[in-house]
Amino acid sequence: MSKFIHYSSLTKKYIMSIAGFFLMMFLIVHLGINLFILPITENHEDVFRNGVEFMTSNPLIKVMEVFLFAAFIIHIIYGAVLQIKNWMSRPVRYRIEGWSHTSFFSKFMIHTGIIVFIFLVIHLMNFYLVKEGFTEALSGPVTVENNHDFYHMAINLFTNTTYSVIYILFIVLLGFHLNHAFQSAFQSLGWNHSRYTPVIKAIGNIYSIVIPLGFILIPLYFIFLY
Amino acid sequence: MNLTLKIWRQENPQAKGRFEKYDVKDISSDASFLEMLDILNEQLIHEGGDPVAFDHDCREGICGACSLYINGRPHGPDTGITVCQMHMRNFRDGSTITIEPWRAKAFPVIKDLMVDRFAFDKIIQAGGYISVNAGSAPDANVIPIPKENAETAMDAAACIGCGACVAACKNASAMLFVSARVSQFAVLPQGKIEAAKRAKSMVAAMDEMGFGNCTNTYACEAECPKNISVSHIARMNREFFIAKVTDSAKK
Amino acid sequence: MIKLDSKVPEGPIADKWNNYKSSQDLVNPANKRKLDIIIVGTGLAGAAAAASLGEMGFKVKIFGIHDSPRRAHSIAAQGGINAAKNYPNDGDSIYRLFYDTVKGGDYRAREGNVYRLAEVSNNIIDQCVARGVPFARDYGGLLANRSFGGALVSRTFYARGQTGQQLLLGAYGALMKEISRGSVEMYPRREMLDLVMIDGRARGIITRHLNTGEIERHSAHAVVMATGGYGNVFFLSTYAMNSNGSSAWQCYKKGAAFANPCFTQIHPTCIPVHGDYQSKLTLMSESLRNDGRIWVPKKKEDAQKIQKGELRPTEIPEEDRDYYLERRYPAFGNLVPRDVASRAAKERCDAGYGVGSTGLAVYLDFEEAIQRLGKNTIEARYGNLFQMYEKIVDDNPYETPMMIYPAVHYTMGGTWVDYELQTTIPGLFSAGEANFSDHGANRLGASALMQGLSDGYFVLPYTIQNYLADQINVPRFKTDLPEFEKSEKEVRERINTLLNIKGNKTVDTFHKELGKIMWEYVGMERNAEGLKKAIEEIKTIREDFWKDVKIPGEPFNVNPELEKALRVSDYLEMGELMALDALERKESCGGHFREEYQTDEGEALRNDEDFTFVSVWEFKGKDKKPELHKEPLSFEFIEVKQRSYK
Repeated sequence: MSKFIHYSSLTKKYIMSIAGFFLMMFLIVHLGINLFILPITENHEDVFRNGVEFMTSNPLIKVMEVFLFAAFIIHIIYGAVLQIKNWMSRPVRYRIEGWSHTSFFSKFMIHTGIIVFIFLVIHLMNFYLVKEGFTEALSGPVTVENNHDFYHMAINLFTNTTYSVIYILFIVLLGFHLNHAFQSAFQSLGWNHSRYTPVIKAIGNIYSIVIPLGFILIPLYFIFLY
Repeated sequence: MNLTLKIWRQENPQAKGRFEKYDVKDISSDASFLEMLDILNEQLIHEGGDPVAFDHDCREGICGACSLYINGRPHGPDTGITVCQMHMRNFRDGSTITIEPWRAKAFPVIKDLMVDRFAFDKIIQAGGYISVNAGSAPDANVIPIPKENAETAMDAAACIGCGACVAACKNASAMLFVSARVSQFAVLPQGKIEAAKRAKSMVAAMDEMGFGNCTNTYACEAECPKNISVSHIARMNREFFIAKVTDSAKK
Repeated sequence: MIKLDSKVPEGPIADKWNNYKSSQDLVNPANKRKLDIIIVGTGLAGAAAAASLGEMGFKVKIFGIHDSPRRAHSIAAQGGINAAKNYPNDGDSIYRLFYDTVKGGDYRAREGNVYRLAEVSNNIIDQCVARGVPFARDYGGLLANRSFGGALVSRTFYARGQTGQQLLLGAYGALMKEISRGSVEMYPRREMLDLVMIDGRARGIITRHLNTGEIERHSAHAVVMATGGYGNVFFLSTYAMNSNGSSAWQCYKKGAAFANPCFTQIHPTCIPVHGDYQSKLTLMSESLRNDGRIWVPKKKEDAQKIQKGELRPTEIPEEDRDYYLERRYPAFGNLVPRDVASRAAKERCDAGYGVGSTGLAVYLDFEEAIQRLGKNTIEARYGNLFQMYEKIVDDNPYETPMMIYPAVHYTMGGTWVDYELQTTIPGLFSAGEANFSDHGANRLGASALMQGLSDGYFVLPYTIQNYLADQINVPRFKTDLPEFEKSEKEVRERINTLLNIKGNKTVDTFHKELGKIMWEYVGMERNAEGLKKAIEEIKTIREDFWKDVKIPGEPFNVNPELEKALRVSDYLEMGELMALDALERKESCGGHFREEYQTDEGEALRNDEDFTFVSVWEFKGKDKKPELHKEPLSFEFIEVKQRSYK
């Protein structure tokens, strides 16, 4: 464990970045399934249920789940460790703080990170831990059939407007986090190139808008159209 | 022009510092920022006060001694230059200017606006050189070096070791400084021989001296008086990665 | 009474250095560890010497006034470093570099030393490249060269406009390597305040820690001064604010003779003075003269209109511009040596053709070069200099010509040394700008870096060994010896005296007064009457200083005013010696121009009959006139001619 903490600053950052990449890929898959809550196809409910079924029971995914949790934990612990060192590196603050950080959201990674973490805990309580039988599904307009019935759990949550608004806020902050995270992960791994870095930054911007937008569509649907 | 200055005063490294307010009058807009401080100091001496201590030497932007954090920015509002090259025409008449020392655990204050940057020397000592002794070098043109590589090396080597990167970084990280040196040698054939060892030991020294971690905010690049690019940080990240992977492979 | 023996080895000029090296005494590796060497100064010469001696196995202690060795003022050299590589195939050779340097120095340098300098110049380039100095290269990957004043070949190697920085960082890297190996110990933020002698030999120094004010004693078997020049006597100069000649002056007072103090280089291309508050002058590299053309208006009316701001330089038609360097010196044109270019600028300005609001400036114009080569090429060559100019002057040199005026830049004079770089005090060596040896009465551009590194990398490591060879049985010195005690007491007394004057005038006030006198009477043009006047006035200021200087703060803390006061008190003595030397040298040569001695065309008129010697001044005690000794110069391998760049 102590070796884990005492890795050099760069090694910690590689691990952070790799874990981050993994999480960003997971988000795409997650969004892909979530979108089927919306009536985008005839059989969207079946697609969603099948997706959830696959994601919760496929042995390969089970293995991946371990990695996923590991990635979350590592990303969070290293984020905290690095941040504490960063705070310790400037014991006396400036009277006037600098504003020259050219990557704006980078200034707030720890803040957006903590908020995303809180969201993650709520999210796990609402779904994952229900499935595992640790928590109860919240009640709402529809009946939850069993602890694998994510479809009805989701509908119950999103039809609660307060929940949906908070959900949207969390996702926007996640977008801020992702905006810096995407290109930063490339930089930390040493992938900087005069021609490709602007492309990476552009992809990062698109990613950090499209993914949250996709997630936000769902509560929006429930607020305005359901 | 007339100005109000809020300056950090600290008697010695142990003392508790405070901001003091001073007024200076009739400053020419053609004067440099440091000349304005000279005028303030003359004034303070005449009034029986203690002149403000600040680091400076060449006053042409190359020695890297000057180190003032002015209105929230290292080396003040202008870009691509050091404080000593900045002239008062960058300020408006009647404005208030807040001057602070570099703030970082690794840069303790010596007095007022002077900080000790020995940590940079320690990092260089860890490997910021090519280990050849005087007298044994082959002819300079024996190894041709592509012009682009020489230019990249020069871009990195332009670092003046002022510490503005550390001062600007919200994490007080020294990555730009360290990577400039690592990068300079990494692109030259002469430096490649020790590249792996250099990257590892300089990063270790950097961590040990108490600098923060890089979170890729790029404030360093924005404030570097020599416009050193963060692409050098990426190169160091690469060099370090390769060094570590090669190490594991050897084991 | 000092004895001057230049110790130049016998033999043909090309063999002298080799002969020396093959017959000198050496110290065996086991004994090297037992020998301590103090090096004062961390510039090119100091850092290079410390690194090299450390590599050889000596125990080295290096002292610098900055927080890091990298801040020494060698870092500010812009243009380049000369070497006789002849890579461009334009007819260069070691002999030609030697010849150009001696001629450029107006035949007032010692042949043997200069030849050695030219000889090792090539090794310097090799060494620097091996250490990762990113010199400019052409597309084939080989090293590029450019031209500098006083030479008809392209032999200057460069790293953009920051050659000094890159060379210093190379030497600094080597120094850091040795520090981490433990062979060199670094003492940053120390200012040397006295030389300690034991039995007639240099054995240590007294320093003040600039952060804590602590006075410290350090001993060694030999001491090397690599402390740079003393041009800050003039107050305004291109020197760094903290550059000073005080250490050399302390050595002078302990018996190290001072040579050619009046040989000061005034650099022709500096940004002109603009106000009373100005603290220093900024150099614009000589390399600019490769492409820039220097001119003033042909008509006095035009010049006056420009001075009043009624006319812009771009409005003056080509035929009304006087490219006076091209007119007077068709062969070298804008690339005449510095002394010649500086004097020509002064001549035009004194005659009323100067430009700028003060009338003390000339134009350096890139219009023609931009047309010929394109803006991009000019930007690639001089971009950083143009940017620097624009930041300082707030004027765009791509559109309007730059304004330049000469400023004090380098001191060719310095501590007298023999061929081994040893001063008249046994065990005290002097390297780089601090010594007088290689540049005669005028230094050529890009030769300072060459000399600093030559002394540090390749000369001292040999010659110091020759001295230390018979010291192997001398044990390390303890610093509680009475000699140290006495020196420290004197230093403390001096500091206390200064702090207790509690007068009314700041140190800078005195420094500025001194600077004005020096510039007026001991500057670009000198005459007997002015020099006598300067000597008198300096004496008055000095007396006033010791009665009326005001130094705030305490001795045991950071105290920049005290630091300055200690230096200015020395400048007030140095200035007098410079004037005295200029008065005694009744000829014009190089940077020393006496109005009484000039040709009909206004060129410097040397008097080889009576003045082919090095003026060597020996300190005779406080308020006593120093004694002038002469080291005759003989030119066996070069024909002494009237210097002509026409």
